[in-house]
Amino acid sequence: MTLALLGAPFVVGALLGNYWVRVMDMAALYVILALGLNVVVGMAGLLDLGYVAFYAVGAYTMALLSSPQLNLHVSFWVLLPLAGVLAAIAGVALGYPVLRLRSDYLAMVTLAFGEIVRIFLNNLDAPINITNGPMGISGISPPYLLGYSLKRNYEIFGVEVTYTAIFWYLIIVLALGTAFLLSRLRDSRIGWAWGAIREDELAARTSGIDVRRLKLYAFGTGAFFAGFAGCIFAAFQGFVSPESFTLFESIAVLSMVVLGGIGSLPGVAVGAVVLTVLPESLRGLNDLQQALLGHQYVNGTDLRMVIYSVVLLLVIIYRPQGLLGSEQRRRELTAARAES
Amino acid sequence: MNGSPLLQVAGLVKRFGGLAALNEVAFRVEQGQIFSVIGPNGSGKTTLFNVITGVLPPSSGQVEFRGRSVVGLQPHQITELRLARTFQNIRLFPQMSVLENVMVGAHCRTKAGLLASAFQPDWVKRERRETEDKAKRLLSTFGAAFEGRHHDLAGAQPYASRRKIEIARALASEPELLLLDEPCAGMNPVEIAEATGYIHRLRDQGITILLIEHQMSVVMEISDWIVVLDHGVKISEGKPASVSRDEKVIEAYLGRRTGRAPARKRQ
Repeated sequence: MTLALLGAPFVVGALLGNYWVRVMDMAALYVILALGLNVVVGMAGLLDLGYVAFYAVGAYTMALLSSPQLNLHVSFWVLLPLAGVLAAIAGVALGYPVLRLRSDYLAMVTLAFGEIVRIFLNNLDAPINITNGPMGISGISPPYLLGYSLKRNYEIFGVEVTYTAIFWYLIIVLALGTAFLLSRLRDSRIGWAWGAIREDELAARTSGIDVRRLKLYAFGTGAFFAGFAGCIFAAFQGFVSPESFTLFESIAVLSMVVLGGIGSLPGVAVGAVVLTVLPESLRGLNDLQQALLGHQYVNGTDLRMVIYSVVLLLVIIYRPQGLLGSEQRRRELTAARAES
Repeated sequence: MNGSPLLQVAGLVKRFGGLAALNEVAFRVEQGQIFSVIGPNGSGKTTLFNVITGVLPPSSGQVEFRGRSVVGLQPHQITELRLARTFQNIRLFPQMSVLENVMVGAHCRTKAGLLASAFQPDWVKRERRETEDKAKRLLSTFGAAFEGRHHDLAGAQPYASRRKIEIARALASEPELLLLDEPCAGMNPVEIAEATGYIHRLRDQGITILLIEHQMSVVMEISDWIVVLDHGVKISEGKPASVSRDEKVIEAYLGRRTGRAPARKRQ
């Protein structure tokens, strides 16, 4: 397993080209995002459609404090935890007013919140230019380790190590750390309390759980990891713009959680990888059309949305518990739940 | 004993719109009692439980537990004060394991916060182990019912077991007063005997019991004191023998039955 993770960028790079190493990086990044959203949706049972807002907070923390935009160049290693903390604060700030809302209403408010953040980023270029509006912020500093930039290709003992491979190690370490912390959290007093809130909020309250506090914990924890991922994303791309933080991103991450199996950590990780890699492989469709039909009729990348919807529909109809969810979970989801 | 009651309810009123589900209800539960609340359907028993446990705010009146008012407190705060409850229509966390359900009950007696739970220093590991041991101990008080089932989903357990899990969850919060809402509903005579035996043992351990129960044989057998509600009003209270002879009680139960049953048959 460790060997596979270590060797992966070289094998993939050699076989499929560097582009696919970048896809792997993004897949691992989405694993962090999906694991974070799973805290809110899967563990605590709160439907959050504005999750991308916290990703944006993390990304813009890095972009603003480590680029020529404000002429600040704070180290990535300082900004990484800071991005998480700022996103967590944003998460609690969103969580507080929506504490009383449930299901549909919660989804609506969080959706609106996500859009508000994006629109803010889009328009904060006037009267004072902070975010540079739709143009986005470029020239974000790379992370440095012992004085070496991590965003450069190196040749070590004659082997070419691309920056995508270096980022792979960075992201995978953080993803594994995230998974480790969250698996511990899940099997703890806090994790049980989240489960209780998800399953029966009234019973949770009368069992001695401070539901308000625990919900804020869930929003904050989920947002923390989104901020984390956002910071890496900004450093990796070297450029951020509001375009990367649309509602579609929230839905994409939610789809990963649902596809893999709500609440199951390995499931969520698998969901993130599948839904990052699958749409990318559709690019091959363009060449295929060209070769077979002599003309490109559909742009493969435009099919992303279609893929997401089809996958979601299939999962919800045939495997509501997700790819790695349990059979019991399926029965529970299919049976009409009596509300009393 | 210091003379003050464990639970004192005074002038309790709960209105839903124009309907008074509870009307000037008052009683005192002494430490160590098995105290039953009975009454026909819709007499306000469950509403009474909901008001005492903070699930519903009272319209007026007072609820004092261990000498302090609990009106206006959140349910989890009241549970923390050592007052736990079960529900008439069992409310478990079905997607969680049997053991986890009970461990949730220990939430207010444990301390690990968010960061401590994520990083799990030694004291958190110890606390977690203690919680698990406590939950297993509570489940073992039901004999062999949960042997080898600790990690099965609670929702998949048979009915009588689900009732037991709910009681174990309530006990995990270490209550002084335990409110049981129809613990024997839907049980066969063997299970009822087991349940009443269990309630007796709880009382012997020093836990005071406030009980709602429809099975008259159960109520008469185990109660030290009975309060009778009808249409939200306390119509009688006393020892089982005197309540069962009370004219008003007989009227409330039997008067209704003769009044309604023929009408239902005609439909």
